[in-house]
Amino acid sequence: MKALSQKRRHPLAAIALLLMGLLLTGGLYAVATSVNQAKADTTSYSASDVEEGGKLFAANCATCHGMGASGTQDGPSLVGVGAAAVDFQVGTGRMPMQMNGPQAQQKPAQFNEEQTKQLSAYVASLGAGPAIPEEHLLDGKGDAAKGGELFRVNCAMCHNAAAAGGALTRGKFAPALAGVSSQHIYEAMATGPQNMPVFNDSNVTPEDKRDIITFLKTIEANGSPGGADLGSLGPVSEGLFVWVAGLGVIIAFTIWLTSRTS
Amino acid sequence: MSASSTAEAPFVPKTKVGSFTNFVDERVGGSGILREFGRKVFPDHWSFMFGEVALYSFVILLMSGTFLTFFFDPSMAETHYQGSYTPLYNVEMSVAYNSSLNISFDVRGGLFMRQVHHWAALLFVASLGVHMLRVFFTGAFRKPREMNWVVGGVLLILAMAAGFTGYSLPDDLLSGNGLRIIDGVIKSIPVIGTYISFFLFGGEFPGTAIIGRLYVLHILLVPALILLMIVIHLFMVVVHKHTQYPGPGRNDGNVVGYPLGPVYAAKAGGFFFIVFGVLALMAAAFTINPIWNYGPYDPSPVSAGTQPDWYIGFVDGALRLMPGVINNFHFEWIVFGHTLTLNVLLPALVPAGIIFTVLFMYPWIERWVTKDNREHHVLDRPRNAPTRTAIGVAGFTWYCVMWAAAGSDLIATHFHVSLNDVTYWLRTLFFIGPIIAFIVTKRIALALQRKDREIALHGRETGRIVRLPHGEFIEVHAPLDEYKRYKLVGFESPAPLPAQPNEHGVVTRKEKRRAALSRWFFEDRVAPATPAELEAAHSHGHHEAIEAGDEQKSLSH
Repeated sequence: MKALSQKRRHPLAAIALLLMGLLLTGGLYAVATSVNQAKADTTSYSASDVEEGGKLFAANCATCHGMGASGTQDGPSLVGVGAAAVDFQVGTGRMPMQMNGPQAQQKPAQFNEEQTKQLSAYVASLGAGPAIPEEHLLDGKGDAAKGGELFRVNCAMCHNAAAAGGALTRGKFAPALAGVSSQHIYEAMATGPQNMPVFNDSNVTPEDKRDIITFLKTIEANGSPGGADLGSLGPVSEGLFVWVAGLGVIIAFTIWLTSRTS
Repeated sequence: MSASSTAEAPFVPKTKVGSFTNFVDERVGGSGILREFGRKVFPDHWSFMFGEVALYSFVILLMSGTFLTFFFDPSMAETHYQGSYTPLYNVEMSVAYNSSLNISFDVRGGLFMRQVHHWAALLFVASLGVHMLRVFFTGAFRKPREMNWVVGGVLLILAMAAGFTGYSLPDDLLSGNGLRIIDGVIKSIPVIGTYISFFLFGGEFPGTAIIGRLYVLHILLVPALILLMIVIHLFMVVVHKHTQYPGPGRNDGNVVGYPLGPVYAAKAGGFFFIVFGVLALMAAAFTINPIWNYGPYDPSPVSAGTQPDWYIGFVDGALRLMPGVINNFHFEWIVFGHTLTLNVLLPALVPAGIIFTVLFMYPWIERWVTKDNREHHVLDRPRNAPTRTAIGVAGFTWYCVMWAAAGSDLIATHFHVSLNDVTYWLRTLFFIGPIIAFIVTKRIALALQRKDREIALHGRETGRIVRLPHGEFIEVHAPLDEYKRYKLVGFESPAPLPAQPNEHGVVTRKEKRRAALSRWFFEDRVAPATPAELEAAHSHGHHEAIEAGDEQKSLSH
């Protein structure tokens, strides 16, 4: 203790303190972020997958994303986005992108499962990123009620409480989630495609993601207990329905009731 | 009949039923009431039945609402859901939301009753609105019915209040978001806003009192006021008698139609069941307000697609259209250390204020402009009052722009356009939409009047083309029968009324303003065909007199 108190006025003490502080924060940050980093599970990909993926990439993706996926003015670098991002974007047909616009639109997938896997393998080989989620996280056997709470707090403001989708600014939108596969939902949360934020593993843990998927699959399977759901769009579609269908039928009856006299 | 009965001996019933009914009748005078009301005449036209639709919807609301009160618990105490809807199992929520979920999933017929109640509420306000539009566009608000128009306006406001208080009761995420907006609007009122908010919510929003308070308003005060207003409204309808559309034999001194009993009573009674049937069908087949989707209220989440029910939509739309900043002009000011949020205060209160002020005052405005102090029991066809019709359509367009703005996000997603562009367009239409609507409507009304005049004078185009001996083609026109012609010529077309001096011989400034408005109202007019014009148009045919430029008319006969 005495040595420390003597040396604390040393000219280099401030620098030493600064160094210690930086090391501590940096170290803590490294520990914290490595928690979030889903390790690219490259082991399941064979060398030939990576090689074939590279060829597919050069032929179909490199125009915008650049050779070696290093990015160009037209498309971002894909180094470190991980297999999950590729599987989502290519698997849902968003990539290759049909046209420029506010955001990539979903369309029939352009590559089959094998090719999608090869592309994922290639991009995953370029740098570590979120991997394709493990099967047990996608089984839809989590806690639907907890998933519902998480969904309302984290997702409903864009995707609507019933996951029917919603508008964002300048032509962008959050799509409806019915019919989206569990794997794609998980990957979207992990990678934040288009305008979606990334919900990393410290923000929404893999178990939480499983619960959210369980909730979505439960309400999708439940259907609408009260009859046709009118798009689950809330009071706007209800109002439209009562004015057009409700009043329309009533008016038809009033015309019928009074049709006997001129 | 009545003269002879006075001379007769007192009526002695022959059967048991007869003596029983006679006993009642002698004490309450039922047959007199029936005689008076049974002979009340109601004209038959489909557009006269929206008031009935509103009345029947209200009856259905009372019945279904009573059922819901048996099971609803307006408490904001916290509980954990243990009912049968798994996606919410064991979620923490208020007792109110819990009981709403139980009504939906665990009370037999509960979801159906909830949906009947909510659909009936939407139809109630919608039919009120359409009824008021009918009354406005046909001029049925004129003397002696101005006060009944005001009662109708009060009913519209009460219906909106009933709807909003009901919308808030389930304490789901959607209704809580709605209440938060109301709270924000109240707090934007200068000086007293914060106090009112704290008074209403019993402290800081959301508190633990609001659901119980809204419940009392929703099931006690507001329905009682609506019922009172309906009684006043119907009483005045009986006193004034019903209006009728113009037609042969109809004038301001009579009513042409069916007597209440038995035909009209049967029709009206049957119509109740039709309205009930339509609502029951909607409730059985179409979800409304799926509260289980929204989850319990929690002040942090807001769902996409959060809107009020349609009748509050125009206020929500106005809020959405209001910019917070234009260039560098901010709408949020700090005045003496207090925040004045004009970007909330203006859109929330001003458009609704303008709409209801004009709505309430319109009968008096028109009466002042036209100086028309006569009673009117025969309606105007909308085209025959072009300026009034144009004002109505302009106002309705303004309302519709705000209404559409409440669904701006859904317009954007469903038509694949930018939400920002939708907002910019609607902001533009907010200002120029009513003006365009006014001009277009007035021109259409005048054009229709000209068409009526043309048909009255020259008959209907038959589509039969005849070639004359000298080679000319003409279309044969068929003359109208007198009944149809009456409809086309039997209306008033007031000319502008110039400024007139008062009793002191002075033309006041107010009178000049009135004259200017009168000119604006009536300077564009198409006068109905006069008997002389009709005579002139038709005499050609009878005398076979072919005049240059008039061949078509004369030969068409």
